[in-house]
Amino acid sequence: MKKLTKNEYSTLADKASPPTKSYRTIPTAFLVGGLICTLGQGLLNLYQYLGLPEKTASAAVSVSLIFLSVLATGLNVYDNLAKYAGAGTLVPITGFANAVASPALEFKSEGLILGIGAKLFTISGPVIVYGIAASCVYGLLYYLFG
Amino acid sequence: MAKRLSRSTIRLESCPSIQAWAAVGGKMEGEGPLADEFDFLNPDTTFGESTWEKAESRMMRTAVDRAFAKAKVCPSDVDIIFAGDLLNQCVGSTYGLRELEIPFLGLYGACSTMAESLCMASLFIEGGLAERTAAVTSSHFCSAERQFRFPLEYGGQRAPTAQWTATASGAALVGRSMAAPFVREVCIGSIVDLGITDAANMGAAMAPAAASTIAAYFHDTHLKPADFDRIFTGDLGLVGSTLLLELLEREGLPISAQHADCGLLLYDRQSQDVHAGGSGCGCSASVLCSHILPRVQKGEWKDVLFVATGALMSPTLVQQGESIPGIAHLLHISNTRGKEGM
Amino acid sequence: MEMLWEYAKAFLVGGAFCAVGQVLIDYTKLTPARILVTYVVAGVVLGALGVYQPLIDFAGAGATVPLTGFGAALAKGVREAVDKDGLLGVLTGGLTASSAGITAAMVFGLIAALISKPKDKA
Repeated sequence: MKKLTKNEYSTLADKASPPTKSYRTIPTAFLVGGLICTLGQGLLNLYQYLGLPEKTASAAVSVSLIFLSVLATGLNVYDNLAKYAGAGTLVPITGFANAVASPALEFKSEGLILGIGAKLFTISGPVIVYGIAASCVYGLLYYLFG
Repeated sequence: MAKRLSRSTIRLESCPSIQAWAAVGGKMEGEGPLADEFDFLNPDTTFGESTWEKAESRMMRTAVDRAFAKAKVCPSDVDIIFAGDLLNQCVGSTYGLRELEIPFLGLYGACSTMAESLCMASLFIEGGLAERTAAVTSSHFCSAERQFRFPLEYGGQRAPTAQWTATASGAALVGRSMAAPFVREVCIGSIVDLGITDAANMGAAMAPAAASTIAAYFHDTHLKPADFDRIFTGDLGLVGSTLLLELLEREGLPISAQHADCGLLLYDRQSQDVHAGGSGCGCSASVLCSHILPRVQKGEWKDVLFVATGALMSPTLVQQGESIPGIAHLLHISNTRGKEGM
Repeated sequence: MEMLWEYAKAFLVGGAFCAVGQVLIDYTKLTPARILVTYVVAGVVLGALGVYQPLIDFAGAGATVPLTGFGAALAKGVREAVDKDGLLGVLTGGLTASSAGITAAMVFGLIAALISKPKDKA
């Protein structure tokens, strides 16, 4: 075989690899993500109409969307929607909930403790770790200089 | 006696015979273009088991049982079985075959394992080490997803270069007889790594290994692509196939007239959502045992090359920033025992 | 009419956050997990700089539902906790602000796993 450098091959491989159909994926992500947020807005208005103060209503919206996402995951449909929606179902809070519920379901076969319990945060864990860590950094700066 | 043509190519002068074979698949495979050629298709991919690993083991056992039944042999008639799959510790094979009490050698060559196990099964016959051997491999979409990628219910999007792990198994029995198909040569590939790091582009990672093995085989045997009716690669898919043809073209070995890829045969890319094609140990194994061997037996094809390709991918090493090594092993499967032919 | 405009703002801003995420998926090597981490940390930073609250005032759920809103809530929570409890607030603020969401995901996920099973995609 004639020697091909990794760079030469990388160029060849990129050329042979079909690109993502972004003209389809980006509008779908926009549409589905937008609709999930619109649903959130509807729930927010509903909860405020029912008399919840703004802060509680906002938390209730998050919890409601998380519930719906976990329900869809448990009914085996969230992944089918996400196949088309991509970031549209990843970026909203529903994506976080799916990332918690899906490994819980998947690793049920390894038991309650080492399966569900240990694997629950395998995908979503980093979000919590780095979100909380960033908030601590901000809190410290705010305490010192705020 | 076997004749070594080079470090990698071995001519099997006794021409071990592939005596029986069986292919088993799941739902997607049953909806694909090769459905009618499978021995058994189960639309319930749990195969009646409680976990995906057990489902894969059950599927492999079914393929072995079917092949044994077709050859009218029982497990004690088989001297040694070579088996492999994609799961850690090869549990698809070990749990699938544990009740058979056949001397067992587990192999791992990622998706190339069917060629690897069939090489070994043929070489044991050629060397007089066994009277009858078996080769079997499997892969299961669900057990592979949970080990290598994401939970099934996770909402992810697959890249257009990604391939679909086949839920399938293929088993073949090898022995000494005068009935086609025969294994005439094997070519054992070396590991080739041209630096592909994208785990969603396995075809690109494997294509250089396939090209290297095919080029070595033609060099060692002085045969040419036109001497073959078909050259089957394992599971390069769309991307890998394009790259293979290009790499061999550069070597002065155009094979586009003979080339077909098991990953592109198993599914219909237009109507089935498999992106760049099928993959997994079960992909090339089931295509071999459903589509290729019967045709060579009937003489519809006189000579074919079966080149199963494997991406020796580990999620751990990919996370450590390593690239994905590829491997490909080749068998020359023929309707004739040679001499009169070539 | 005002209600309609409110929904439109939520749709457009929320959709835009997701479209940016899709661009990251399609054109960078970032995995979904990295994108989510990026969004949350970006939300904390934007919240800390005080630029996220105006966006929430404008778009409502369009800004709070994407994970950047989760990050901004962490920043807001830690600021309020530091105001109230001083240095201890640095440690308590983030989790307190996000406790409803995390607990909901955890408990609902647990219940779902007890009841349901994953299904083959085929």
